[in-house]
Amino acid sequence: MQSFRYARPTTVEEAIALLEEHGDQAKLLAGGTDLVIELRNRWRQPKVVIDLKRIEELRPSIREEDGRLVITAGTVMAEISADERVRRHFPALVEAADTVGSIQIRNRATLAGNICNGSPAADTAPPLLVYGALMVIAGASGRRRVPIDEFIVGPGKVALGAAELVTAIELPIPEQPVAAAYTRMTRRHGTDLASITLCCGVDATGTTRLAYGSVGPRALLVIDETGVLANPAATDEEKAPVLKRMFSAASPSPTSMRAGPEYRVAMLPVLGARALRTAIERLSSTK
Amino acid sequence: MNDTLPIEVTVNGRLRSFDVAVNHTLLEVLRDDLGLTGTKECCVVGECGACTVLVDGTPMNSCLMLAVEVDGSEVMTVEGLGLEGKLDRLQEAFLDEGAAQCGFCIPGQLMSAHALLAQNPHPTVEDVNEALAGNLCRCAGYQQIRAAVLAAVQGGGR
Repeated sequence: MQSFRYARPTTVEEAIALLEEHGDQAKLLAGGTDLVIELRNRWRQPKVVIDLKRIEELRPSIREEDGRLVITAGTVMAEISADERVRRHFPALVEAADTVGSIQIRNRATLAGNICNGSPAADTAPPLLVYGALMVIAGASGRRRVPIDEFIVGPGKVALGAAELVTAIELPIPEQPVAAAYTRMTRRHGTDLASITLCCGVDATGTTRLAYGSVGPRALLVIDETGVLANPAATDEEKAPVLKRMFSAASPSPTSMRAGPEYRVAMLPVLGARALRTAIERLSSTK
Repeated sequence: MNDTLPIEVTVNGRLRSFDVAVNHTLLEVLRDDLGLTGTKECCVVGECGACTVLVDGTPMNSCLMLAVEVDGSEVMTVEGLGLEGKLDRLQEAFLDEGAAQCGFCIPGQLMSAHALLAQNPHPTVEDVNEALAGNLCRCAGYQQIRAAVLAAVQGGGR
């Protein structure tokens, strides 16, 4: 593999100082399931790799704090799907985390890394968008929180300054239950990138939050407040035009080898209707 | 920051201290520095599972980790399964069921299966399928591999 220097800071401040020193010559290493491939293939050629796993504050942990679940940046997919509180409040995130790669990958890949890598196909982006996750970002001037919808920018791009890093992802535990479901389309089950990722959430006020990815440069969040989609009594025919409008921003790549654009566009409302039905069922069973 | 770093790692029960190049993967260090060639290099992108080892009891792709990352950890490779030339129950079951054809994927299959049984001594067929979904077999011997894992559960091996 190409040569680079390796740094192993033990505090967030030390990591930020390294980022300030090396600028875009530095890359952050969390789980490494994307970065190590990029290093081997020389897609990225950093001078310094900064390993975040020895930073106490980022060590794997999920804690409840002021009505939020705080998932530290070192937390891996397997830990997310094993956590009782995540399973209870955010089941669609568990469904998404469970589809990432294989068990070997889920034991290594972090939730924060999945988002910071900026892949349009990131499985956990749609549920985090639906649940209104906040990215906790540390920089030289302190900490800030950014809604994930503003954090995700485009392929490989997130709203992170040169000397900043994500320390945690926070999920506000909703007072009104939000029932959500995650689904995806792939060529085969397991170890495959998604051709569509989709999460649908409904709440008792009739609001439907729909997020979908892998059909454009970034995962998108659209919200329906007409109440038509969330209404269990509305017919599929009544819902179809509303659902169709929600997917109007999809712009799948014409050159992707995973699925053609026409197929993806045709499948979006199918997957959307499916996830919506599951979300409505889940909401009625929480009452 | 150095180009090599000293690490301390327990490999198959034996504590070792040695220097590793910071740009070498765990897979490279196991095979080239420690001579543990049971762990296989295949896709090197984390899709095939041939390089699966257990790090602190958890199956991971050793091709996707830098060796320095396992400093302070316990690593178990396929060489750690049998004891003093005696195969363990999973290896015996793989032989009995004819689960190894070309054999290349088998070390990874065994490590994933070992991790499954350590965590879940009575897996269902679905549990086995999911646990081994990250291990590809180019010979497509999946039925025999699954049968071997289930046989190891029932018979406990020879």
